[in-house]
Amino acid sequence: MPTKRLNGSEMLIEALRLEGIKVIFGYPGGAVLNVYDEIFKQNYFRHILTRHEQGAVHAADGYARASGEVGVAIITSGPGFTNAVTGIATAYTDSIPLVIISGQVPISQIGTDAFQEIDAVGISRPCTKHNFLVKNIQELPRILKEAFYIAKSGRPGPVLVDLPKDISATYGEFDYPQEVSLRTYKPTTKGNSRQIKKVVEALKIAKKPLFYIGGGAIISNASNIIQQLIEKTQIPALETLMARGIIPDNHPCLLGMVGMHGTYAANMAMYECDLLISLGARFDDRVTGKVSEFAKYAKIVHIDIDPSSIGKIIDVNFPIVGDLKNVCKDILHFIEESGGYDKNIIKEWRDLLTKYKTTHPLKYNDSSEILKPQWVISKIGEILKDKALVVTDVGQHQMWAAQFYPFNFPRQFITSGGLGTMGFGLPAGMGAKLAKENKIVINITGDGSILMNIQELMTCVEQKIPVINVILNNNYLGMVRQWQSFFYENRFSHTDLSLQPDFVKLTEAFGGKGYRIETKEEFEEALKDAIHSNIPCMLDVVIDRMEHVLPMVPGGAPLNKMILE
Amino acid sequence: MEKRRIISVTVINEHGVLSRISGLFAGRGYNIESLTVAPIPETDLSRITIVTNGDAKILEQIIKQLHKLIPVLTVTENEDFLEKEMALIKIPIEEDIASIEVLCRAYSGHVANANEKYIIVAITDKPYRITSFLKAIKRFNPKEIIRSGVVALERY
Ligand SMILES: Cc1ncc(C[n+]2csc(CCOP(=O)(O)OP(=O)(O)O)c2C)c(N)n1
Repeated sequence: MPTKRLNGSEMLIEALRLEGIKVIFGYPGGAVLNVYDEIFKQNYFRHILTRHEQGAVHAADGYARASGEVGVAIITSGPGFTNAVTGIATAYTDSIPLVIISGQVPISQIGTDAFQEIDAVGISRPCTKHNFLVKNIQELPRILKEAFYIAKSGRPGPVLVDLPKDISATYGEFDYPQEVSLRTYKPTTKGNSRQIKKVVEALKIAKKPLFYIGGGAIISNASNIIQQLIEKTQIPALETLMARGIIPDNHPCLLGMVGMHGTYAANMAMYECDLLISLGARFDDRVTGKVSEFAKYAKIVHIDIDPSSIGKIIDVNFPIVGDLKNVCKDILHFIEESGGYDKNIIKEWRDLLTKYKTTHPLKYNDSSEILKPQWVISKIGEILKDKALVVTDVGQHQMWAAQFYPFNFPRQFITSGGLGTMGFGLPAGMGAKLAKENKIVINITGDGSILMNIQELMTCVEQKIPVINVILNNNYLGMVRQWQSFFYENRFSHTDLSLQPDFVKLTEAFGGKGYRIETKEEFEEALKDAIHSNIPCMLDVVIDRMEHVLPMVPGGAPLNKMILE
Repeated sequence: MEKRRIISVTVINEHGVLSRISGLFAGRGYNIESLTVAPIPETDLSRITIVTNGDAKILEQIIKQLHKLIPVLTVTENEDFLEKEMALIKIPIEEDIASIEVLCRAYSGHVANANEKYIIVAITDKPYRITSFLKAIKRFNPKEIIRSGVVALERY
């Protein structure tokens, strides 16, 4: 490609065009005025003006999670950047590929405590995969290319490019690299064959093998191959919160979600298995419970693209570094090459787990007086099934959504798992809807969480992004209240949210449609109306205040010690 | 088992790389006993030598986390490092210089500077030898002591 003379802002636009970016999210300010001027002039991509920088980053994040592509957000220096930090950290803990462009004060003013100067590279260092401060216009094309490459390769993550204002106006030669080759960064994508063969040997003789599927399976687009592996072997599988949707909901081998609010069958399987095969999971403390008791009868296989995940929490017998999809293909290949798999060997194990599943299903006591949150989620699932993407905020509603929605495909469930960021749902839902316009996007939220980024309703209305928000309204910070009920003798310190805005009027004030719902009939009617109306909606659903998320493994307890009732 | 460990890291010599490394140690609660950095001649790399302590598991994590940083090229942890450290000690001129020189000779050190008020003694040796030298030199009332931190090179 012949080089062109462009200024920094033009280079950025060109790079975004060459990367095939279709939507970006952002919020302007002094340090990015030059960039915004170029955004005004171009028509390669759509820019969505959010109403808060946190919203912009969550929206880019939701876009990335729904599409599997890199999400892009642009923000200004100082407060613009600090507002974005929660969004960046949320993406970082869930390994979501983002490129964040932040404005910075001109190079000559860096270090002078200039107006709206903050050390963005310093602040974001622990919550980005990598970050850059652009100090010279000639570096900009390479830095942008590397930013996209680093964000999406290996274990993905957010990358920040901090762009000083003067650089955004300085001219230089634009020669966008075709390829990236970083001598210090070469993620391993192919698993070690000898090690994989050993895993296959272990798998063939295990009497109680178990697949433990994590968010890495979504990132690696490994759903198909994992399903093949399960078809072939009939080995039971469980999913973490981040992996919901990898295995279709009604699959006989699926035991459900594991962990603090996992199913009885999944948690017992984890406790009793003799070979645990971790497929892109990272042994988070919300999954393991008490580490010394975790899968204590099992040999452990850990497949992960990030070597630092392996052996970090749990000692591993078979570590395999590589891209999950490739490794699963190899596992399948070696199973066939070595004469297939004898399913009879795990018959007893499967029978036992099926018994667990039938004797201890997820359950709740429905009521004719008051709506139960689990009923609400199940109803949404019944009505929308595969037509919806489900986004959540953080709290009890998130767990009920994870437990009771019948997920059937990867990227159908979008939630902040690692950081657990309240306020994620609405903006992430916005991004997800833009990525998958033919899906209905439902944000399951709480009366606490929804207020944390409620301003994004304005963006939804303005940009005609019809996210349907369902508040499971318990007039509490419910999840915290649940802990206070179980472990603090009902001292509900600062969790009572009895005083609330009128969510219907609030939504209408933004130009959306609101519904207050107290009965099953009202709910069904409102949901259908909301789907039909095709504008941003808020369903304020009054639910049983004192409902608990169960089962629950108390923090620090082993997985087989669940509170069931 | 908690143990003293030496990790040698080569990095691309770019803006902010040291803060990435020190920030990683600080943020994850790993100890730094000493840290030295200098460019490797005729390259765009720097070599960082870190002395830390921790058990095998922590050490493994430190190494993996260091590897994960984009500008890090290699991370070496080796039982067989040749280690050297330097110390400078400022001592009032009134002290018994003859005895100080004898002590210095025992530790292959020397008087590197002298003026009307102080002498400065320089010594280069293994870290534990420096520690015992510093113990011995105490009775000459050192005014200031400065250690350089460890540099280390694999023997093979
Ligand atoms: C930004 C942020 N602040 C605080 C918390 C701690 N927290 C976790 S769940 C929760 C309660 C959420 O309440 P609500 O949104 O009403 O959902 P519910 O649990 O009632 O379904 C809180 C405060 C958090 N996860 N994120």
